[in-house]
Amino acid sequence: MAMPARLAEIVEEFADLPAELRLEALLDYSRRVPPLPERLAGHRDAMEQVPECQTPFFLATELGEDDRVAIYFDAPPEAPTTRGFAGILSEGLNGATAAEVLAVPNGFYTALGLDRVISPLRLRGISAILGRLKRQVGVQVEARLAGPAATA
Amino acid sequence: MTTAAELDPAPKLGEYAHPERLVTTAWLADHLDDPNLVVAESDEDVLLYETGHIPGAVKIDWHLDLNDPVERDYVSGEGFARLMSSKGISRDTTIVFYGDNFNWWAAYALWVSTLFGHPDVRLLDGGRQAWVAEGRPLTTEVPRRPATDYPVVERDDATIRAFREQVLEHVRGGGRLVDVRSPGEYSGELLAMPDYPQEGALRGGHIPGAANVPWKRAANEDGTFKSAEELRAIYEGELGLTADDDIVAYCRIGERSSHTWFVLSHLLGYPRVRNYDGSWVEWGNSVRVPIERSSEPGPDPRLKAVG
Repeated sequence: MAMPARLAEIVEEFADLPAELRLEALLDYSRRVPPLPERLAGHRDAMEQVPECQTPFFLATELGEDDRVAIYFDAPPEAPTTRGFAGILSEGLNGATAAEVLAVPNGFYTALGLDRVISPLRLRGISAILGRLKRQVGVQVEARLAGPAATA
Repeated sequence: MTTAAELDPAPKLGEYAHPERLVTTAWLADHLDDPNLVVAESDEDVLLYETGHIPGAVKIDWHLDLNDPVERDYVSGEGFARLMSSKGISRDTTIVFYGDNFNWWAAYALWVSTLFGHPDVRLLDGGRQAWVAEGRPLTTEVPRRPATDYPVVERDDATIRAFREQVLEHVRGGGRLVDVRSPGEYSGELLAMPDYPQEGALRGGHIPGAANVPWKRAANEDGTFKSAEELRAIYEGELGLTADDDIVAYCRIGERSSHTWFVLSHLLGYPRVRNYDGSWVEWGNSVRVPIERSSEPGPDPRLKAVG
């Protein structure tokens, strides 16, 4: 599977854990979602909502000059599972190149081995987050390829 | 044998048909050390318990603990006995369920426990939300209760549970149905939204004849149940339901409708209420079952040849 190195490490880390410790690991990642930068904090209209998550969940991505992707998540503390997904994607994908992000397999999360501890309906949340994240990055890449004439 | 916990004498509860099925946060705070009472947290978010729970509470996970891991069904009598035993619950233990999101999953866990006839099951009025809002204590310490010898009790699927074929009969006979999903799911609009792969069903709409009362209407903003009078205004005043009706409630997979089942059975005291846990994920995927795709209950199903 083509995955950025850090995301591949995280997946391996989960897969190596006994099933009963995987929830704890997810809880750990839920605490690792970086706070929003000032320009986004309190500005949910500047972010995209992920309605599949059932709890208010927002994401934003920025494509840097160096072609690397910055990802921002806003998820409430009373939704630790969704925050855990955000923590995994945040740590696993922040700073990866646009091409690397777009190449992450949509079903990468099955390798986390969470299906025995979290319902399949819930797990689709992480897939929805990744899908929207990739779409945002794809739109930004296309806009850049189209050149300044198209974005001016 | 120890005796079950006493009842919560709060006046609000006395207005309901079965006040013995609810406890208030204040009462629970005073009874956490009752020897034969176990508090059980059941959440939509399966990590919430780990972030902090009511002192002494055990976790019951709807997905892992109550569902069969392979078939779409609940655990067997043996499985339920194993679960109860591992949580330190005896057949005569009072179980007080609570959880996030307006007790959505707590009501579901209570309903499943009722399939196995556990005698004394109660809900915490207001659930996790009220307990937290009142600044009551939480802990991350997981209690260790000694395993019990819980009997194997065969699940009763006939009294409070309905299956698809029975619901078809119910529709044919013009029986009362309550669809507790959101108005968009009820009318079928939500399936048609582009780019939003909604889980579950190939067809949108509702079971013909079903009235739409979203489950959360039974709750106040603070998570507690509405008063008996307010509930009667909704279910008796608006829908015209009575204690004589044979009622089937459903939602998407039967969890939200457990909440409405609790309201109709225990708070309003209707004796014949069943939860159709197959719900829309089954109905909306079934071949040759009637569907009404509008925001109205639909034509009298008895006028149509059905199924």
